[in-house]
Amino acid sequence: MHPVLRTVLQRLGLGLLTLFIVSIVIFMSLELLPGGFAEAILGQGATPETVAAFNKEIGLDRPAYVRYVEWIAGVVRGDFGSSYAGLGGSIKRSVTEMIAPRLYNTFFLAIVTAIFAVPLSLFLGVMAALYRNSFYDRTVNAVTLTTIAAPEFFIAYILMFIFAVKLRWFYPTSTVSESTGFVEHLYRAALPAITLTLVIVAHMMRMTRAAIINLLASPYIEMAQLKGIPNREVIMKHALPNAWAPIATVIAFNLAYLVVGVVVVEVVFVYPGIGQLMVDSVSSRDMPVVQACALIFAATYILLNLSADIVSIITNPRLLHPK
Amino acid sequence: MTSQPADLRVIRARRSFSENAWRTLKTAPFTAWLGMIIILVYAIAALFAPWIAPFGESEIVGKQYLPPSAEFWFGTDQIGRDMFSRVIYGARNTIGIALATTLLSFIIGGTLGVLTALKRGWLDQTISRIVDAFLAIPVLIFALMLLAVFGKSVLLLILILALLDSTRVFRLARATALNVVVMDYVESARLRGEGTGWIIFKEILPNILPPMITEFGLRFCFVFLTISALSFLGVGIQPPTADWGSMVAESKTLITFGRAQPLIPAACIAILTVGVNFVVDWFLHKTSGLRE
Repeated sequence: MHPVLRTVLQRLGLGLLTLFIVSIVIFMSLELLPGGFAEAILGQGATPETVAAFNKEIGLDRPAYVRYVEWIAGVVRGDFGSSYAGLGGSIKRSVTEMIAPRLYNTFFLAIVTAIFAVPLSLFLGVMAALYRNSFYDRTVNAVTLTTIAAPEFFIAYILMFIFAVKLRWFYPTSTVSESTGFVEHLYRAALPAITLTLVIVAHMMRMTRAAIINLLASPYIEMAQLKGIPNREVIMKHALPNAWAPIATVIAFNLAYLVVGVVVVEVVFVYPGIGQLMVDSVSSRDMPVVQACALIFAATYILLNLSADIVSIITNPRLLHPK
Repeated sequence: MTSQPADLRVIRARRSFSENAWRTLKTAPFTAWLGMIIILVYAIAALFAPWIAPFGESEIVGKQYLPPSAEFWFGTDQIGRDMFSRVIYGARNTIGIALATTLLSFIIGGTLGVLTALKRGWLDQTISRIVDAFLAIPVLIFALMLLAVFGKSVLLLILILALLDSTRVFRLARATALNVVVMDYVESARLRGEGTGWIIFKEILPNILPPMITEFGLRFCFVFLTISALSFLGVGIQPPTADWGSMVAESKTLITFGRAQPLIPAACIAILTVGVNFVVDWFLHKTSGLRE
C-alpha cells in the first residue's frame, strides 16, 4: 500500500475512534444526572406516578450500555430521540425535526463567514509576514490582539449599535424562517457573519503570519535565495509546497473556533441556529437536545481537525516521494 | 617600593530584589506598562469595591433604565440599580471567580502533568488518553452540557470550568516537565536519594515556571472570557450577583433604543483581557529571549 494512503487511513481510524469516545463521554453525562432530576424537569406538580413514568420514558430503568447502543444506533440513522419538552404530553417532539432547520441556518452562517474570512486572513497574514515589523505589520498586530481579547458579544453589540441602530443599514435582529429567500437570508445574516469574520480573521491572520515567518526562516529557503532564484519563484516553488500543511492547520483550527463563536453570536442577533437552541435547552435542561447539539458541535470540531491532518499528509512533499 | 592596594574599586552590593524588579520594569515597553496599569486599576476596584462604589451592589436607587447623569454615572439598570456601582462590584465577582477557577485548574492540571511526566507508565498513558478525548470537545460546548446536567450554581461553574481547563494545563505542564525530567541534575538528585516532593518542587518546578506563568495569564483570559460568555448566555453567574457578562445580557434591549450602556460592562471585560495580553506578550518576549 502507498505510504500516504496508509497514513491517511490511520488518521481516519484515529478520528473515528475519537468520535466514538466523545460520543460515550457525551452520553455518560446523562449518567451523572443528580437525583431528583425528573422532579426538577417536571416541576412542582409532579406526582410520584408521573416521575416514575418519566424515568421509564427516558429509560433509566435499563442498563446504561443498552441505552447507549440504542442512542448511537439512532444517531447514525439521524434519529436523536425525542425532546423532554413533549414528554408527559400527547405530542412527542422529535429532536431531529427541531435541529434540522437550525442546523441549516448555522451552517449557512458559518459557510458565509468562512468564504470571506479565509482568503482575507490568508492575504493579510502573508502580507504581514513578508513585510515584517513594518508599520502595516505593527498596526495589524495591535488591532488583531484587541479583537482576540474582546468577548464576541462586545464586538457584536458594537456592530449592532453602529450599523443597525445608528446607521440603520441592517436589522438589529437576524430573524429568518424557512420561507426566507436566499438573498434576504444573506442580508439578514450579514451582521452576525461580519462579527464572526472579525474574530476569526484576527486569529487566522496571526497564525498564518507566524507559520509563514517560521517557514521563511528555514535554511533551505535561504539557500534558494542565495542561489539567486527570483523571489516569486522562491515563494511559489520552494515555500508554498511546505506551507500547505500549516495553512490547512490554521484554517481548520479557526473554523473549529467558529463552531464555538457561533453560539454567542447567534444569541446576540437572535439568529435561529443550533447554538441558540443549545443555550435554550441548557436552561430548560432538555437533555436529548443538549446531547444532540453537543455531539454535532464536537463532531464538526473533530472532522475539521481530521481534514486538516489529512491535507497536511497529502500535500507533504516528503511523503509523496518515498525513497 | 611602596605597595599599592591591589584594588580600590568598591565592590557593589548585590542588587536587591526591588532594584532588579525596577531595572526590568524600566525597560518594559509602553504596551506592557499600559497592561500593568490596567490590571492595577481593576485590582483596586475589585479589592475596595464597597468603599469606591457610591451605592450598594443590589440597592435600588431610582427609576428603571435612567440615562447617565451626574448622580448615576452609567445610568440605572432594568430594576433601577446604579450601573456604575454594579460595574465596580462586577470587578470583584467576575475577576474573583475567574481567578479562583484558573488557580484550581492549575493546581489540578499542573500537579497531574508534572507527576505523570515524572512517573510515566500506565498512569501517564491513562490520563493522557482521557485528556485527549476531552480536548476533542470545545470547552464552551462541554461546559454548557455539564451545566445542563447539574443545574446552575457558581460553585459548580468553577468546578466544571477548572476541570475542563485543567486538561489544557495538563498538556503544557506534562510537555515542559518531560523536557526537564531527562536533565542530568534531576538524575543526580534522584541518585542522591531525594524524594519525589523534593524533585518536583526544587528541581522541576523552578525550571518550568516561566512557561507556566505565561500560560496562567493566557488561561486566565480564556477562563474569564468563557465565564463571561456563559453568564451572558444566562447559564453562568446568576442574578442578583453583579457580573459583567450577565449585566450586558440584562440591559441588552437598550442597544436597540440607541443607548450604549450595555457596552460598558462588555468594554470592562475587553479592556482587562487586552491588558493581561499585553503583559503576557512582554513576559513571553523576556523569558524566551525572542527578538522577532
